[in-house]
Parts: sequence; C-alpha cells; structure tokens
Amino acid sequence: MKDSLNPLLVNRRWKPWEAVLWLIALVSPLLLPSHALIINEIAIVALFAVSLDLILGYTGIVSLGHAAFFGMGAYTAALFSKLVMPDPTVGLLVAVVVATLLGAICSMTIIRGSDLTRLMVTLGVGLILMELANKLDWLTGGADGLQGVVMGPVLGRFEFDLYGRTAAWYSITVLLILFVLARRIVHSPFGATLKAIRDNRLRAMAIGIPVTSRLAVIYTVAAGMAGAAGALLAQTTGFASLDLFEFHRSADVMLILVVGGTGWLYGGVAGAIVFKLMQDVISAITPQYWTFWIGLFLVVLVMVGRERLLKPWTWFARGGKA
Amino acid sequence: MLTILFDGIAYGMLLFILAVGLAVTMGLMNFINLAHGAFAMVGGYITVLLMQRVGVPFLVCLPLAFLGAALLGGLLERALYRPLYHKPHLDQVLFSIGLTFMAVASADYFIGSTQQIVQLPEWLKGRTELGEGAWMLGMGHYRLFIIAVCAALTVGLQYILAKTRFGSRLRASVDDQRVAAGLGINVNVVFLSTFAVGSGLAGLGGALGAEVLGLDPTFPLKFMIYFLIVVAVGGTSSITGPLLAALLLGIADVAGKYYIPKLGAFIVYCLMIAILIWRPQGLFVRQGGKS
Repeated sequence: MKDSLNPLLVNRRWKPWEAVLWLIALVSPLLLPSHALIINEIAIVALFAVSLDLILGYTGIVSLGHAAFFGMGAYTAALFSKLVMPDPTVGLLVAVVVATLLGAICSMTIIRGSDLTRLMVTLGVGLILMELANKLDWLTGGADGLQGVVMGPVLGRFEFDLYGRTAAWYSITVLLILFVLARRIVHSPFGATLKAIRDNRLRAMAIGIPVTSRLAVIYTVAAGMAGAAGALLAQTTGFASLDLFEFHRSADVMLILVVGGTGWLYGGVAGAIVFKLMQDVISAITPQYWTFWIGLFLVVLVMVGRERLLKPWTWFARGGKA
Repeated sequence: MLTILFDGIAYGMLLFILAVGLAVTMGLMNFINLAHGAFAMVGGYITVLLMQRVGVPFLVCLPLAFLGAALLGGLLERALYRPLYHKPHLDQVLFSIGLTFMAVASADYFIGSTQQIVQLPEWLKGRTELGEGAWMLGMGHYRLFIIAVCAALTVGLQYILAKTRFGSRLRASVDDQRVAAGLGINVNVVFLSTFAVGSGLAGLGGALGAEVLGLDPTFPLKFMIYFLIVVAVGGTSSITGPLLAALLLGIADVAGKYYIPKLGAFIVYCLMIAILIWRPQGLFVRQGGKS
C-alpha cells in the first residue's frame, strides 16, 4: 500500500500550515514585544495542556491532579537553580527527570478502578504534594513560596530580560521540541493502541494490547511533560509557590484542553491562547469574580455540548446525530 | 484520648450527613457530582443569614436549611443535571466544577469572603466531662447534639431505604435502571426526589457544620475532597459503607491533627490512596454487585 493511502500515515505527515503556525509563534515575541510575557505564559500553559491531552484526550483517563507534576517540576527547577547551579537547561532536564519519576510512581495508582477512583487518587496525589511543600518550609519556603531564584543565561548566552523576550523564546522552543515528541508518540503504533484503549478497553485487551503497561508509560510521559511546563514557569518567573499545586490549576488546564478540543494536539495550544486572552479580558473587568464567568462558561459548554459550541456551523443543523 | 475519639466521631457523623446524598446520587445515576459541597454551603448560609439578619432561632433554621437546599437541588436536577446523566464522565466533571466555581464566586459577591460565625443557643455551648486522667471524656454539648441528630438521621435513612416502598424502588433503580424502569418504576421521579433529599441533607450538614468546619465561600472546594473520599472509600452501594468510611475519616483526621500536627491532612490523603489502591471499588462493597 502506498503511504498516501494509509490513513494512519496521512495524519502523521506535517502539513504546510503547521510550519507556518510555528514560524508565527517563533516570530511573535519580535512582532509584539510588549506582550512577550503573556506569550511566554501561553506557551507554558499550552505545553501543560498538551501533556494532559496525552492522557485525557488520547487515553481517556480523567485526571484532576495533573497540577501535581506541574508543581513538582516547578519546585524542582527552582530548588535546583537555587541550591545547585543556575543553568536553566540543566535545571529543566533535572525537573523533567524528577517529574517523570514521580509520574512513574503515580502511574501505579491509576491502573485499577473506575473513573471515580482515578479521579480521587490523582486529586489526592496533588493534595499530598501541596501539603508536603507547605510543611517542608525550611526547603520550600512554605506558604510564602520559594523566592530568590536567580537564573543564569540560557545556553550560557541569552540572558533573561525584563520584557520576557528571551523567556518567550525559551518556552516556545521547549514547547516545540516536546510538541514534536508528543506528535511522534500519538501517531506511532503506540499512539494508535492508546486510542484503542480509550475507545474500548475490553476489546483492546482482547486483541492483545498490554493495557496496563501502555497506561503506565503514557502517564509517565505526560507527567514528564507537565514537569517541563512547571519548570519553565518557575524559571521564567523566578518564583514557585503553593498555588502551583492548587486544585484550580488542574481544573483550569482541563478547561483549556476542552476549549481547544481533546484528542487533538493543537487543541491544547488553541485552548491555551483562547483561555489566557479570555482570562486577561475578564479579570480586567472583574478582578475578583472572574471565576464566576469561567464557571458559567463551563456549564454552558457542557450543556450545549463540547462539539457543538466550538463549531458554530453545526448550531442550526437539526437532525442527524442529536 | 476518649475526647479525641469523641470529637472524631462527631466529625465523622457530620461528614456522613454531608456526603450521604452524594453517595446515593453517585450510585444511582453514576454521576460524578463535584458540586455537592455547594448545596452544603447553601444550607450553611441560609442558617447564618436567617440567624443574623432575621433572628430566627437555631433549631428552626435547621429544617429551613434542609428545605432550601433540597428545593435548589430539585430545581437544578430537573433543569441542568438530567440531560447529563448519559454524558461521559469528563462532561460531568467539567459541568460540576463549573457549577462549583459559580457558587463560590456568587457567595463571595453577595455575602462577602469573611468567615461566618454561628451564634449557638446557650444550652448547646457547655461541655461535660466524665472520668479522670488519661481516660477523661470531655463532651462538647454541641458535638453531642450533632451526634444525636446525625444518628437519628442515619437510622431514619436506613429505615426508609430498607423498609419502605420508596426505598425498595430506590434500591431497584440503583441496581439496574433499565430493568427498574421496565417494571414500571418511574425512575425519573425516584432520581429527582433522591437528588433533592440528598442536597437537602447536605444543606442540613452544612448548617450543622458551620460552627465546626467554618463557613466561607471556598467551602465547596475545601471540603469537596472529603466528601469524595467518603464516597470513594465507602462505596456507593449501601449507606453503611459511607457511614463507616466517614467515621474512619473523621477519627483519623482529628487524631492525626491532634497527635502529629506537623503532618496535618497528610495522613488522610495517604490513607485514602492506600485504601483505593488496595481496594479500588471501595472498602465496603458487596461482591458481585454492579461494577
């Protein structure tokens, strides 16, 4: 069979618009120098959402504790630069390794049980880490957060500037690298088995897919990526706080992913852009009560249907599949 | 030591009343409702506001809190929850998180973010002590009151569930919705009333617990995890499971915070994860039930 006829391979090929998109992303800090900080944040959140997409969108594990790995990566990167050495790339690698290890340990907890059990266990892990960070205040600064993180220049050459342009480029580059990795994963035969597990676990098991090990591996990979996102945040802001482990962070990232569309890697990126801009606008109007509007948005989103709300052309198309 | 046990039991009973509605609705409709705490908060605020602004006595407030939360629960069930029963869990989680966020922000907006204080009547304030030394049992009257109310409710619920016609309908619907509907049970009405009663109980629990747990707009988020622990550990197929789980959780939490304050809530979470890894379907689940 020719490559172009195989549906699995067609999806895998890079499309022209993807290259254009990444070019725009890489140029954006130059075009909008005054918005470099928010571009940086969007890149970080996008990476976080892509990592959640691997387990939620592609594998179908509902996790409410993904912030655990995010926070773990952030604290590791911050502590590493403070105590060992300030080089960001090494710090990033260390943070990824630590978050991956944590993910490998936690992956044992999500293999068994129903959705509710998994929800609880993931939530519980996040809370335990938050308690830990809170109680080990000699190390992490407790509720005050970890302050005084000074980062060295990236690759020894590019200093972090006040406007956040280096930070934005740094984050976008890391996002691109990990995005390519995630793209390879989901379009590989391994990724296809993940989708099979998501769609019907029993049948996947029956055709000989080792469900348990697949779940464990993808959960670990996703944890590492979330750790990278956390490390980026800690490195570019020079700060890590308990807020990183908070429940609302896990909820936010889920919302981001759902806004952009699950089971589609660009969904995380698109959702991150929409969510950050929306947060910026709404919190400028009502700084204190913007969670209300986020909540309302969630409720409306679910009531109307995730698929329909994001595709306005289906609003008036009656009939068909309801 | 007995005092701690006593406080733990009171706390556990309170958690049970708060969470039992969640357990039943979750078992009944397989719906992951993270917004359950919002109903408890509504009950708590009804009590606090009625007592502070109108001067209604405490004992009258409790049934009102129940009714208010039940009414709200019934309305929301009919309007919002029902279409979601057959949606995937992700949708349900998103929806109920959204509802919780809205409840938190509106409570903040209308009432303010300060912690609310309940003025207990005089006869509930005191404390009785029995025995001496290490075995001294100090019972706060209010905690005694909580235990009495909750125990009465538990017995009542158990009676309704086990002996009445409604109870058998409910159990039939929990076991198999479709067969129950086929036998002529109006499953929708069973769902609606169960959800309303469950929300009402949460409201009552919120009203009772306002003094013990503290009441501020973040209540639904702060205690959501506790309700979910009770349900996840206790299982959803009976009410004795959640009751035992709630007692265990209450005692572990109070004792943990008293003896090892450094570890704080750590113990509870570790215990939960250990139990859920050990028995993913919950501690007290009869074998061979619907998965």
